[in-house]
Amino acid sequence: MPTYRILDQDGNIADKSREAPAVSDEELLKMYNDMLTVSIMDLIMFDAQRQGKISFYMVSAGEEGIAVGSAAALDPRDPIYAQYRETGIFQHRGFSLADFMNQLFANKHDPGLGRNMPVHYGSSKLNIHTISSPLATQLPQASGAAYAVKQQNAQNPMDDPRIVVAYFGEGAASEGDFHAALNIAATRGCPVVFICRNNGYAISTPTLEQYRGDGIASRGIGYGIDTIRVDGNDILAVREVTARARKLALQDGGKPVLIEAMSYRVSHHSTSDDSFAYRAKVEVEDWKRRDNPITRLRKWIEAKGLWDENKEKEARSRLRKQVLEAFKAAEREKKPALSNMMGGVYSRLTEEQEAQTDAVRGIIEKYPDEYDVSEFEGGLNSLKLEEARKA
Amino acid sequence: MPRLLSRTPTSSPALRIAGIRISSFTNNNNNKSRSYATHPPKARLNLPTDFSTTALLHHSAKSAQADPELGPALRDGSTSRLNLFQAINSALASALRSDPNVLLFGEDVAFGGVFRCSMNLASEFGDERVFNTPLSEQGIVGFAIGAAMEGAKAVAEVQFADYVYPAFDQLVNEAAKIRYRAGVNADKQGCGGLVVRMPTGVVGHGALYHSQSPEALFTHIPGLRVVIPRSPSQAKGLLLAAIKSPDPVIFMEPKILYRAAVEHVPASDYELPLSKAQVLRSGKDLTIVSYGTPLYTCLDAIAHAEKDFGCSVELIDLRTIYPWDRPTVLESVNKTGRAIVVHESMVNAGVGAEVAASIQEHCFLRLESPVQRVAGWSTHTGLMFERFNIPDVVRVYDAIKKGLEY
Repeated sequence: MPTYRILDQDGNIADKSREAPAVSDEELLKMYNDMLTVSIMDLIMFDAQRQGKISFYMVSAGEEGIAVGSAAALDPRDPIYAQYRETGIFQHRGFSLADFMNQLFANKHDPGLGRNMPVHYGSSKLNIHTISSPLATQLPQASGAAYAVKQQNAQNPMDDPRIVVAYFGEGAASEGDFHAALNIAATRGCPVVFICRNNGYAISTPTLEQYRGDGIASRGIGYGIDTIRVDGNDILAVREVTARARKLALQDGGKPVLIEAMSYRVSHHSTSDDSFAYRAKVEVEDWKRRDNPITRLRKWIEAKGLWDENKEKEARSRLRKQVLEAFKAAEREKKPALSNMMGGVYSRLTEEQEAQTDAVRGIIEKYPDEYDVSEFEGGLNSLKLEEARKA
Repeated sequence: MPRLLSRTPTSSPALRIAGIRISSFTNNNNNKSRSYATHPPKARLNLPTDFSTTALLHHSAKSAQADPELGPALRDGSTSRLNLFQAINSALASALRSDPNVLLFGEDVAFGGVFRCSMNLASEFGDERVFNTPLSEQGIVGFAIGAAMEGAKAVAEVQFADYVYPAFDQLVNEAAKIRYRAGVNADKQGCGGLVVRMPTGVVGHGALYHSQSPEALFTHIPGLRVVIPRSPSQAKGLLLAAIKSPDPVIFMEPKILYRAAVEHVPASDYELPLSKAQVLRSGKDLTIVSYGTPLYTCLDAIAHAEKDFGCSVELIDLRTIYPWDRPTVLESVNKTGRAIVVHESMVNAGVGAEVAASIQEHCFLRLESPVQRVAGWSTHTGLMFERFNIPDVVRVYDAIKKGLEY
C-alpha cells in the first residue's frame, strides 16, 4: 500500500501539482511548539530517570508528529484511548508541564493518585482515558466507546457529533484485541479512528518478526474498513489524513477508519531498554539525521517566514527552563495520602478493606521505625477510617 | 469456540444446522426426565430436587409478597410464575425500559439467546440496543468496558462461563482496575456501568466446557463484584442491582435452574442488596454456607440430617461471592460452632478456602469441629462422571454427620 505524504524530507511540497494545505500560521506554530516541548521534556526526563529521580520513562522521539498532527485534526471532545507513546496528544490538548511532572513524580497532584507508573497519563477534562500498560486492551474498548458515543450523537442531534480515536503500535496489532476491535467496530458501525504508529520495532522485535503481510494497513481492508497509510514524519499529512478519517467515520451512520502512520523509533523503547543490544547505532543515527518530524516541519515554517534560527534558540532555552521549573516544583510536593492505596478500588471501601486499612495502620503504629509515612500527605492520619472512607 | 451443548435440546432451545437456526423451544416446562440421570432404586438421599415443593422458592403470590427483603412496596403488587430465564428476561426488559443508556449484547443475543434470556428484547427495544456481536469474548468484554467508560450501562453476555477466559485480561487488568487507575477521573472515566452475564455450573451433561463455575478466579480480583443468584426472584432483584451498581459486576446464572426453578416473582421492579448474604433458615448446631444451585442440595440434606440426627442447621446463601458478607457468616458460625462450605466448583483454592480460612481466623475459640468443604473434586467435569464429582445430598449429609460427631 502506498504511503501518503505532503512534504518531502526537505520540507517542500512533494507533489508539485497540488496546493499547500490550508493550515493557519497560528496552528503551524502551535504544532511545532508542541512537538518541541515534548522532545525537550523527553530529553530532560530520560536523564532524570537515569539519575534516579523518577522510576521510569518513555520518550516519543521520532513520533511526535503522529501524536500532535492527529490531535490537531480532532475535536477536543473526541474521547481518546492511547497506548503510551503519544505524549504529544496530551501536550496538544492542554496538559501543562505541571500536569506531566505531577504524574511522573506521582505526587499528591497526580490525577492517578500515585497508583500508576510514570507516563500513564490521563485526563477527563481533556477527554483522554488513563493509559494502561496491557497492550491493545484499549482497542476493543475504543470500539465500544465509539458505539456509546454514536448513541449519544443520535440522542443529541444539536451537538457536534463526536468520534473516538485509538492509538497503538505495530507490535500491539499482533494482539487478539486488535482483531476483536476492528471486527466489532466494522460490524457495529462504530465511529472510531484507529491510528497505528508503525515505528519498526516492538522493543527488540523488528517488523520482520512481527508480521509478513503488507504492514498493518493491509489488514484493514480484510475487515471491511477504509484504510490509509501515511508518512508519520510528515505532520501535515498526518493532520490531513486524520481530518478526512474523522469525517469519514461520521458518514453512513458511523464506521471505523484505520490509519497506519509509518515512522521510526529513534529512541530506546524505554528507560529499561538499551536498543543498541539489537540494532546498530549507525542505523539510528542515520534516521535521526535523514528524517525527523520536527525538522521537516521546521523547514516548512522557515520557508514560510514564520520561524528562524533565533526563534529556535529562544524557544528551546525557554522550554528547557519551563520544564526544569515544573520538574523542581513537582519533586518538592508530598506523595498522595496513604488512603489512596486501598480506596478507589470500588466506589466505596468494602468491609474487608476497612478491616485491612485498620491492620495497615496498626502495623505502622506498632513498628514506627520501620516505615516512613512523612512524605505522604496527611501521614498516618489518612489511614484512620473516617479519612480512609473519603478516598 | 465450539458450543456444542448449546444446541442440545434439554439445555437449549436452538439447533443450528448449516447456519440456519431452528428453534425447538416449546415452553418453560420443568424437564426432570433425563434418561441418563436416574437415581438408583434404593436411594434415599440422592433424589432429584423437587423444585415444585422446595422451600427455597415462592410457590404462591402471598409468599413472594411476604418476603421482607423485597420491600413493603411489593406487598400489594402482582406477581407471575417465572422460571429463571424468564426472570432474567424480565429484569433485562425493565432495565432497558427505564434507562436509555442500557445496552444488551453478546453472541446470539438478538434472536433471544441460546437460553432464551433475551427473548423479544431486540424487537421491543430495537437492534441498536439489543444486538449480536462477532464471536469473540475478548471483543465483547472490551467493547462493553469501553461503552461503560463513555456512560453506557453495558450488559454483555458470555455464552457460557467456560468461555470467559479469552476475556480474562479485559476483566482482570482492565474492568477491575479502571476506577482505581483513573484516580481523580474515576467518576467520569470508570466502567461501573458494566455487567457481564454468563450461564454457569453443571447441567447434567455439559462435560468439560459447558459445566464450569469459575467464580473463584474472579473472587481473587479486587474491583469486581461477583454475584450468583439461586432463584428467579433473586435473579431479578440482584440483576437490577448489578446494572445500577457503580462497580463492574460478574453475574453468573446457574443454567440448570433456567427452566427448573419456577416461582412467583413480583412484577414491578425491585433490587436486592449486593454483598449481603441471606440466612435462609436458622439453626443452632451447624452452619452451611453456599450459593446458587447447591443450596437446593443443602436443603434436602439438612432435612434428612435433622430428622436422622435431631440437629438444627443454619443455611446461608452468600449471593454475592465477592466482596462477600463476612459478618453474617462469622456471626452465624460464632453461634453454631460448626461450619460447612458447599460449592460446585473445585475445592482447591475455591471459594470454600477463603470462607473456611476466614472462619478459622475469626471463630477459632468457638469452633467445635474442623470447617469442612464439600465441593467439586480437583478434576475436570468428565461427561459420565458429573454425578460423582459435584456436591450431592449424600456428601452434604455426611459432612453434617461428621461435623456433629467430631
